[in-house]
This record gives sequence, C-alpha cells and structure tokens, in this order.
Amino acid sequence: MERIIKNGIVYDPLNSIDGEQMDICIKDGKIVESVSEAADVIDASGQVVMAGGVDPHTHIAGPKVNVGRMFRPEDSKKDAEVITNLKRAGSGFSVPSTFMTGYRYSQMGYTTAMEAAMPPLLSRHTHEEFIDTPFIDHAAYPLFGNSWFVMEYLKDGDIDKCAAFVSWLLKATKGYTIKIVNPAGTEAWGWGGNVHGIDDPAPYFDVTGGEIIRGLAEVNEKLGLPHAIHLHCNDLGHPGNYETTLKSFDVPKGIKANPKHGERDAVLYATHVQFHSYGGTNWRDFVSEAPKVADYVNKNDHLVIDVGQVTLDETTLMTADGPMQYDLHTLNGLKWANCDVELETGSGIVPFLYPPRAPVPACQWAIGLELFLLVNPEKVCLTTDSPNGGPFIRYPRVMAWLMSNKYREDMIENQVHKWVQKKTSVATLDKEYSFYEIAQVTRSTPAKVLGLSETKGHLGVGADADVAIYNFNPEVQDQSADYVALEAALQNSAYVLKDGNIIVRDGNVVSEGTHGRTYWINSLYDGELEKQVESEVEKVFKKYYSVNFANYPVQEEYLPKSCPINGVIQ
Amino acid sequence: MSEIILTPKEQPLVPLEINNIIPDVLAGKSIEDIKDMGIWNGNSQVRLHEFFDVEGESAESPSEIKIIINGDVYNTKRIGQGMTAGEILVKGNANMYVGVEMKGGKITVEGNVGSWAGQNMSGGELTIMGDAEDYVGSAYRGDWRGMSGGLLTVHGNVGSEIAEYMLGGKIIIKGNTSIEPGVHMNGGLLIIEGDVVARAGGEMKSGTIVIKGVVNEFLPGFKYHGVEKDIEVEGELIKGAFYKFEGDYATKGAKGFVYVSVAGNNHIAP
Repeated sequence: MERIIKNGIVYDPLNSIDGEQMDICIKDGKIVESVSEAADVIDASGQVVMAGGVDPHTHIAGPKVNVGRMFRPEDSKKDAEVITNLKRAGSGFSVPSTFMTGYRYSQMGYTTAMEAAMPPLLSRHTHEEFIDTPFIDHAAYPLFGNSWFVMEYLKDGDIDKCAAFVSWLLKATKGYTIKIVNPAGTEAWGWGGNVHGIDDPAPYFDVTGGEIIRGLAEVNEKLGLPHAIHLHCNDLGHPGNYETTLKSFDVPKGIKANPKHGERDAVLYATHVQFHSYGGTNWRDFVSEAPKVADYVNKNDHLVIDVGQVTLDETTLMTADGPMQYDLHTLNGLKWANCDVELETGSGIVPFLYPPRAPVPACQWAIGLELFLLVNPEKVCLTTDSPNGGPFIRYPRVMAWLMSNKYREDMIENQVHKWVQKKTSVATLDKEYSFYEIAQVTRSTPAKVLGLSETKGHLGVGADADVAIYNFNPEVQDQSADYVALEAALQNSAYVLKDGNIIVRDGNVVSEGTHGRTYWINSLYDGELEKQVESEVEKVFKKYYSVNFANYPVQEEYLPKSCPINGVIQ
Repeated sequence: MSEIILTPKEQPLVPLEINNIIPDVLAGKSIEDIKDMGIWNGNSQVRLHEFFDVEGESAESPSEIKIIINGDVYNTKRIGQGMTAGEILVKGNANMYVGVEMKGGKITVEGNVGSWAGQNMSGGELTIMGDAEDYVGSAYRGDWRGMSGGLLTVHGNVGSEIAEYMLGGKIIIKGNTSIEPGVHMNGGLLIIEGDVVARAGGEMKSGTIVIKGVVNEFLPGFKYHGVEKDIEVEGELIKGAFYKFEGDYATKGAKGFVYVSVAGNNHIAP
C-alpha cells in the first residue's frame, strides 16, 4: 500500500523541519523516501502536517480507571455517543469507555498514549483494556515506588538484586518503565500515614523516598531501559511543595543515562510538575514557584518534565498516591474510593471540580501555563495528567492557550479568579508557541524521552506512518487572533493516518479499528540472579499474596500486537 | 389551552420511553407529525401511534399545551422529562422517571409511579396521587447535586432514600416513607405527613425535614434543641408541637434541621 501526502506544511522537530511545504511518502505502514505513481494521494495544501501525537502520561486503562468509570455514572451521563456502523457506543466525559478513548485520541491526531500507573498485580486487567482500546499504540508503567521487594532490596543496599527484580517484574507484567508514585508515602498510607518530603522513611522498611528514587534511577540505567524513571514526586498538591520537588529532581543528578534503545539524555522524567510547583505554607499565603522550577529544569540536562495542565473542567482524580486522594476527599467532601494493592501499591479516586472563578484552581491553571511558557520545549511534554488536571480531549484547548496570548489574556481578564494575577506570573508572559514548538511538546520531546524516537514522534524515513493533518493554514490564518478555529482544527483532524491507514477524516473515525502496539521490556539482567530473586519472590507470594505465583505473569496472548523492546543481556 | 390526548393501546413487555413527548417538543407540530414521532421501546425505535391513539390539537407555545395520557401506562418511562412549560396529566399509573429534570409546567399522575420520580427537578409542579417507589426527588445516580427547585407532592406512600442530595424546592409526602428520607440533603424542605421507618436526614448538611407521623427509629448524630410549637419553615407555618433536632453531626459542618411531631414520638425524645 502506497500513499503520498502532498503539499502539506510540515512540522517535524526531530528532523529540523519547520513549516516547510513538502510531500510525505508512505509504504507498508512506514515513512519512505519516495513512492510510485500508483500511490494514493492526500492533498494537504494549506494544512498543517505533523507526526501522530505521543502522550507520555495518561490514565486510560486498568483497574483504577475502571473504578473511576463505575463510581461516576454522572460522568458517563454527561457525555455519551451512540453506536454507528463503524463505532461502538460509549460514554464518559473525564473517564471515557475504552473504545471511546481510542476514538477520541485518534480524532485529535494522537496515535500513542501511555498508561502511567499499572499496579503489577493487576496488570492483566490493564492489558485487557488495551485490547479494547482501538488504534493507539500504548505501554503501561508498573508501579515500583512502594513495592515491598524494591524497599527490601534497597534497605539491604543490594542494587543488583533490585535490578534483577525490576527486570523480572517488567517482563512478568509486560510493563514499560519504572514508575514511582509518592515513594514511601503510599506504603505509609497502608498504616494510615504519609511521608512529607523525600527524607521520611517508609514504616518498617526504613528507606526514604529519596533512597527509593536514587536506587531505582541506578537500576534504570543498569538495565538500560528506553525511558527514564517516571517520577510522581512526594507532597503532591501541597503549598510549599516546590522545595521537595527540587530536592527530588536533584537526587538522580550525576547518574549517567545509558539507554540500550532510543537516545534519551534524561535520567529522570518528572510528571505533572504543575501539581508540584507551589510555594507558601498554606492556601492563604500560597504562591506559584513555577519560575524557580522552570529555571531548574532549563539549567539541568538530566531531566524532562510534563505539566499536568489544569483545564478548569469537572473531572475525576485518580492516582496511586492514596494519602493525597484522601486529603482531597476531606477537602471537597465528595465521594472517595480507595484501594490497597497487596505488597505493591495503592490508589484513590475522587471527583473534582476546577471552577475558573475559584482562587486555587485558577492558580493551578496559571501555574501549568507558566511551566509551559518558561521551560524550553525540548524539556517539557504536554499532558493534563488526564483525567487529573482535565480530560485528554482538552489537549487542543491547552495548545490554543499556548499558541494565543490573546486567548490567555481573555481568560485572565474575564474568566479566572484575580489570584492568577497576584500569585502567578502568567499575565506577564507573552510567549506564543509556534506549530514547531507544539510539535516538540506533543511529538518529538515525549517520543525521545520515552526512547521511541526511532519510529515515533517524527516523519523521517523509517518512522511509523502515523500522521496527523490539521485544517489550519498558518500562512493565511492568525493563530493568535483566530484561536477558536485553531482549537477546532486541532480537535477534529482533517486526516489521521495510523501505520499508513486512514483512521480519521474530517474529524470522524472512518475505520473499524485495529489493535495498537503494546511496547514492553523484554529484559534479562542477569540470568542466575534473576532465578534467585524469582525464588525469593515466590516464597513471599506463598506467604503474603492472595494469588498464586504462577498466575501472576501476563502471557503474550494478552498482547495482540506485542512489541517487545529487548533490554540488557549480560 | 389545547389538548393532545394519547390513549394507550396495550403496554409492551419491554418498557417504552417517551421523554420527547413533552409540550416543549410538541409545540407547533400537527397531530399527524406527532403520531409519527419516534419513541423508544427497549433498544429499538418505534412510532408513537404504534402504542398510542393520538387525538386533539397542538398549539404554538408549550405553555398552551396540555397532554392527557388517557389510561394506564404502567410500563412507560420518562414522562415529562425536562419539560419547561405546559401540562401533562396521566390518568393511570406510570413507570420510572416521571418528571425527571423538570424545569417548569405541571405534571399530575392519578395512579402510582415507579422510582426516581422528579429526579434532579429544578422547577414546576409534579403531583402523584397514588404511591411512588424509591428515590423520589433524588439526584441522578452517583451525583451529589440533587433536586434544586419546584414542588413535588406524593399523596400516597413512598419508598427509600427520597430527597437524596436535595438542594432546594419542596417535597410533600402525604403518606409514609421507608428508610433514609432526606439522606445527604443539602437544602430545601421535605415534609412527611405520614410515618418514617428510620434514618431520616442521614448525613444531611442543610435543609429542613418535617415529620408529622411516627418515626420508628432516629439517628444518634442529631443534637436535640427542645420542643417548638407552630414552626415556620421556608415562609410556611406548620401547626403542631415538634421536637427540634440539628445535624447530622456524622457530617462535618452540618446544620440541617429535623422536626418530629411530639405526638406519637415519645420514644425518641431525649
């Protein structure tokens, strides 16, 4: 199958193409140099062409997402789509059903989305939901930050065994990276407490958040994993937490990146940093410290961040940070679901409203934008931590805010609480993202830090033929003035191609749906040691787990389009 | 006022949903058009005339229209959903979701209704002459923002968890209620003239419940304020002597009031 996309205005940062009018050639699902006369033609004159979007941090599959769907029928009622010849019916505004998730990412031109928190014990459920999420390529991040095994090995100072365990678990759960959430804190929550900062130890294990971050960062590079450690810092959402954030950022500094796949330089990926950039001591004297955090990120090469932009919607908060969710439940008094995943992690879910006129949500909105506008686009990824800061269907709106100072001014002057002007610097920032920079924060930067830049996030020869075409002509239309049209164009792509097949036309899904790739780490760190660790793990299973050891690993049958990435073999 | 008369034929085994047969939608339509309107029978769409004989005349403005359902529609749901004006009269029983999200106008059901009557209603008048099942004047399942306005009257008995998450408006139950009337109530006025089984006002934060009948069992999370005679709530004078309670202190910052008639309720007096 050959295809050619003609005369589009192409933005492809990984290949330094900035708004050049050119043709993109596709053959057998890949981008190629040229195609024959027989190729199908898509005319993209006067339209923006980019690689398919890559979302490095979202919550779209797995047990807590499903609990979010079940315990919020009122969210489902708000947004429902009926069945068509091609599409399944679906519902859910902030937590859409699986099929709707696939359709909606595709409609925005996104072709890759990563589930950012997978409890290892429940990884089979996560993969089952991936099976029912059409089109988008994906991976899942198993949680390690409060794992009893990790804490035990780190307490003993045995980095090698910790690495062997991580290697075994990634393979067993078909997981992709080392995810750390509130290290030591979620375990403390099992005892009704929390940790504050990175120096508090977890109960019994006596290792601190800082030691867990450091240990797992070393393990990550020993294993040569494609992605950096994926860190959700301690103290999320608390005034004054930026100090913990900066201290956490410092922990893995000095460790050298050693990916065996891909070409990242970062050893740390810090997620939803908006929720971690607060100054002050309480909600009265609270201020934005985003400029300080942004300055740190710009000056240090060992990390990349994503924002977790607040979109001022009613949404559903869900995270493995159990104690933080309890705080939120006591704050807004709304219903709360909580879960302890035996020996591994926990989670909490709370509905949440971000009204623009309320002081704190308005500031959170502004702090996210400050980070975007102050951090070099090579070091920041666009996320809403969907659905935590807002549902992923708001990405086009976030892009419009970034690309139009006029849009932001209208928000600041007419829509949001005046604290935005008093407590944040967003009103003083007049930077406007170009399409090139948008392509950076949504394509090239996430693809690179995920270690997938060989085939994802760009339109060079050899890349997967995932292409998004948007009906907006930057040569004629003014992105700053015409932000309504801009947002609409980004929401409803003119065309989206997945592996060379047209899946979206004029904003509508036009394909029945195919399975996306599942990226996972097929790692073997040290055969002998892994066997030893496995037998230790098996004993713990017998003693403490409610499942049988043999029932734990996820078989490749659960991955219809399995895409293993081979780790280190020693 | 123009009348549109729907005479039900046989009620199907699978419920009908006629949420679109409201004055707001029928205004300006000819009777022929109305006969041909699509309604839902389970998961398939059917024409209104397949289950109802339609006669009468429509009008230009919804407030000029009275829809009369001339018989028993015990398996028809969502009568009067979201209506803002006009009238609906049901001369028989109806199924679930009568007057859901009603904003204005008037609905009267002469018989009994199923659960969720007046769910999330924000205005208008809903009157049920017979009994109603559970969740009368409640919030949508899962939501914490319930009925916010209007007047809902049930002349018969009702089931459990009525006025759940109620925010405003008024509910009058002339008969008895099962457990948890006014659960999670956040405002408005609930008057129960009959008896209550138990747990009135559980986790209520605000609003007022007046119980004129006998309460079998009362929650411990309420503070007793003594006896008050001829109380005035929301501008209305209610005659009689009442025990006054404040709570439910199981919920932080709660300041709801429950008045329970002194007569017959000696057993709950502190």
